[in-house]
Amino acid sequence: MKFLKGFVMFWYDFIIGDDWKIAAAVVAALALTVLAMTAGILSGTALVIVGAVALFAFFTVSMIVDVRG
Amino acid sequence: MQGTTLGLVGSTFLASFVEFVEALTIVLAMGFTRGWRSALAGTAAALVALAAFTMAAGYALSTWLPEAALQLTVGTLLLIFGLQWLRKATLRASGLKAMHDETEEYAGQTAAAKAAGSRRRFGIDSFAFAVSFKGVFLEGVEVVFIVITFGLSAGDVPAAVWGAVVAGGIVLLLGALLHRPLSMIPENTLKYGVGLLLASFGTYWAVEGLGVFGIGHESLDWPGGDLSILVLLAGWLLLSRVLVVVLPKLKRPAPVAALGKEMAR
Repeated sequence: MKFLKGFVMFWYDFIIGDDWKIAAAVVAALALTVLAMTAGILSGTALVIVGAVALFAFFTVSMIVDVRG
Repeated sequence: MQGTTLGLVGSTFLASFVEFVEALTIVLAMGFTRGWRSALAGTAAALVALAAFTMAAGYALSTWLPEAALQLTVGTLLLIFGLQWLRKATLRASGLKAMHDETEEYAGQTAAAKAAGSRRRFGIDSFAFAVSFKGVFLEGVEVVFIVITFGLSAGDVPAAVWGAVVAGGIVLLLGALLHRPLSMIPENTLKYGVGLLLASFGTYWAVEGLGVFGIGHESLDWPGGDLSILVLLAGWLLLSRVLVVVLPKLKRPAPVAALGKEMAR
C-alpha cells in the first residue's frame, strides 16, 4: 500500500508538478478544441489555430488565477 | 546536419543540461556531507533504473500508439512540462517568485544531510543513497521523456539521445573539475528558453494529434508545416513578456509572512 501510494505520488509530482492549474488548462484547451472538431464547428487550418489560441488563453487564465489566488 | 535535426539536438541538449545541473547539485551535497560511496551507489542504481525505464517507455510508445495518438500524448506531456517551466520563469521575471539559486539549493541539501540520522545497510548510508537515487531518477525521467518525445515526434531518436548525452557529459565534467554546484550557469534564463521550446513543440504536436478524435483518425495539419513551430515560439514568447508586465499589477497585496512563503514556493 505504501509502495502504491509512493508510486502514485511520484507520477502526480512528475506530471502535475507544483501547480495543478497548468495541467488543467492544457486539458481544458485541448478538450475544447476536440469539441469544436467533433461538433463540426471548425476544421482544417481554423481548427489548429483555435487550438493554439485556446492554449494561450487557458494558460493566461491559469496564471492570473495563480497570482490573484 | 539539417536545420530540424540541429533544432532537435539543441532543444534536447538545453533541456537535459538544466536537469543534469539539478541532479548534480543533489549528488554533490550527498557526496560531500555523507560520503561519496553511498552517493555514487545511489546515482548508479538510478541510472540502471532509468535505462530500464527508457527501454520500456520507448518501446511502449513507439509500438502500441498510432501516430496521431503518439503526437497527442507526447505533445500534451511536453506542453505541461514546458508551461510549468514557463510559469516559474514568468513569475521570476516579474519579481513574484524568488530566483532559483543552485548555491541555495546546495546549502539546503547539505543542511538536511547533516541533520539526518545515520543508518547503514551493506556498508551504504541509506539517507545518501535514497536522496541521490531519487534526485537522479526524478531529473533523469524528465530527460528521458524529453528525449523520447522529441526523438519519436521528429523521427530522429539518435539525434535526441546525442543532445542529452553531450549535455550529461559536459555537466559531469564541470562537476568533476569544479567540485561545487554549477551556480555560474544562467539557470533561470536557460529554464525560460527551454520552457518556451517545450511549450512550442508541445503545442504543435498536441494540436496535430487531436486528429485522432476525428474521422479517419489522421493527424491534423498546421499551415506552413514545421515552420509554424517558429510562429508558436514567437507567440509564447510574446505572451510571457506581456504576463511579466501585467501580472504584478494584478496581484492582491498580501501580508508580509504570506508573501515570503509564496516567493519561496
